[in-house]
Amino acid sequence: MNNELLNELTFFVLAIFVGFEVISKVPTILHTPLMSGTNAIHGIIVVGALLIAAGAKTPVEIVLGLVAVTLATTNVVGGFVVTDRMLEMFKGRQPAKPSTPAEAKK
Amino acid sequence: MNLLISIAYLVAAVLFILGLKQLSSPKGARNGNFTAAAGMVIALGATVPLLHFTTAGAVIVAIGIIIGTAIGTFGARMVHMTAIPQMVALFNGVGGGAAALVAVAELLHFGVHPAFSLVLPSVLSIVIGSISFAGSMVAFAKLQELMTGTPITYPGQQVVNGLLAAAIIGFALAVLAIASIPFSFISLMVLALILGVAFVLPIGGADMPVVISLLNACTGLAVAASGFTLNNFALIVAGTLVGASGSLLTKLMSDAMGRSLANVLFGAFGQVQHAATAASGAAGRSVRSASAEDLGTLLAYSQRVIIVPGYGLAVAQAQHAARELADVLEKRGVEVEYAIHPVAGRMPGHMNVLLAEANVPYEQLKEMDQVNDDFKNADVALIVGANDVVNPAARSTPGSPIYGMPILNADEAKNIIFMKRSMRPGFAGIDNELMFGPKTVMFFGDAKDSLTKLVSAVKAA
Repeated sequence: MNNELLNELTFFVLAIFVGFEVISKVPTILHTPLMSGTNAIHGIIVVGALLIAAGAKTPVEIVLGLVAVTLATTNVVGGFVVTDRMLEMFKGRQPAKPSTPAEAKK
Repeated sequence: MNLLISIAYLVAAVLFILGLKQLSSPKGARNGNFTAAAGMVIALGATVPLLHFTTAGAVIVAIGIIIGTAIGTFGARMVHMTAIPQMVALFNGVGGGAAALVAVAELLHFGVHPAFSLVLPSVLSIVIGSISFAGSMVAFAKLQELMTGTPITYPGQQVVNGLLAAAIIGFALAVLAIASIPFSFISLMVLALILGVAFVLPIGGADMPVVISLLNACTGLAVAASGFTLNNFALIVAGTLVGASGSLLTKLMSDAMGRSLANVLFGAFGQVQHAATAASGAAGRSVRSASAEDLGTLLAYSQRVIIVPGYGLAVAQAQHAARELADVLEKRGVEVEYAIHPVAGRMPGHMNVLLAEANVPYEQLKEMDQVNDDFKNADVALIVGANDVVNPAARSTPGSPIYGMPILNADEAKNIIFMKRSMRPGFAGIDNELMFGPKTVMFFGDAKDSLTKLVSAVKAA
């Protein structure tokens, strides 16, 4: 149709391929943190929520905007914080590794 | 100005991609999360110049951000590690809900006959976002045990779901082709919410991780669709990335359970029947149980013990007690390993997180493929709150709902100590033959108490 739509479709299709490619080698133990991390990334909807909320005038717009911003902010903040908490646990054993005999030999 | 915003969005998109890449390798995972968060901050910063605040708008944005940040931070910080899966479901659901509401607000703006290229993505965003919201809430309720985790089925369920889907398509066509009026797209949203609930009800609690992952991918697509509605590059790229990687992750997860996605989503109908017959068949049978002292002696004089932790360990917060038992055994020269099933706990990787929290050395955590041949040389397989992942029915009973799922070969150990709260079947809702096996001893009780009793018994032995 118009140029902008064509551009958007291009980004959309390319992003599909990148999305598949980028996580194709994830080990099982990281499935949960990875799901949680992608969950935080789709919190980008907060940008959309801000765009509709900022210019709100009618009561309907105000209610929609308020709820959308609240939900989206919860998604983005909770998503990143909970992912970090999970990964913090993984970090705990990293410093322990070099101290084991097997690692010291390498 | 617009150029700068576009460049900032591009940088944000690159950071999201790099973040995902880092998140999929153990080394960089934590940094990956920061990278993605940095992308989010940049995307938000770039959006500020696009906002033209009304007074009311400024107020609701401030309130929304404060409340959302409070709920998000508090929820994510305060939740027990065992409850992480349902927290992810919750955060995913609210994102889907936000996407649907953004699309509703845009449709209200567009008037009765908007361009097809705007109304189509709005409709998709409303439908997918609402399904994701409602489905995630049901997943949350199932995992939080606010409702039963067993599949809820009723006669004609597929017909009802089919009719719901048909009605949604009908209203979607009405919005697209006839007129975009609030009645139509609000009905669309309500129907999609109902379908979201109806879709997740027949899926058992054990399959929730796969469902959450799928709904996560759905939310990504809903966000991308909202991006088309708003002509926003950041939403399109980030949403699509999540949609694509989430779909692949969903497939990887169901592969780890030895199931096809279709079987996870629509397999519940046959399952209940099997579950019912299996349960009634086993009701009258007896099991062996033993005292803590006997079991302590057995453990203390073993050469090799493999601990099989499951969700029961997680709920009882028994990971520290498990490590304590492993420590006293190792002091006596017993070799101890943990056999981690890919879906132990309630999500892939969940058990690793819990045991790492209790400072269990990484070297003792063995993945299924590494450890499965060791069971036949093990004196004791100590099953702590696990059930379905050691159920031999997965190998031997073609009719069983878990048939084909890779399991831990705990039944090959010389002795099996099965620690469980009760004889209740596991998450998949089926009985476990292993409990009735001749080599098996049951040890009933809360996982943490039982492990503590075993620790003292081993010390005394």
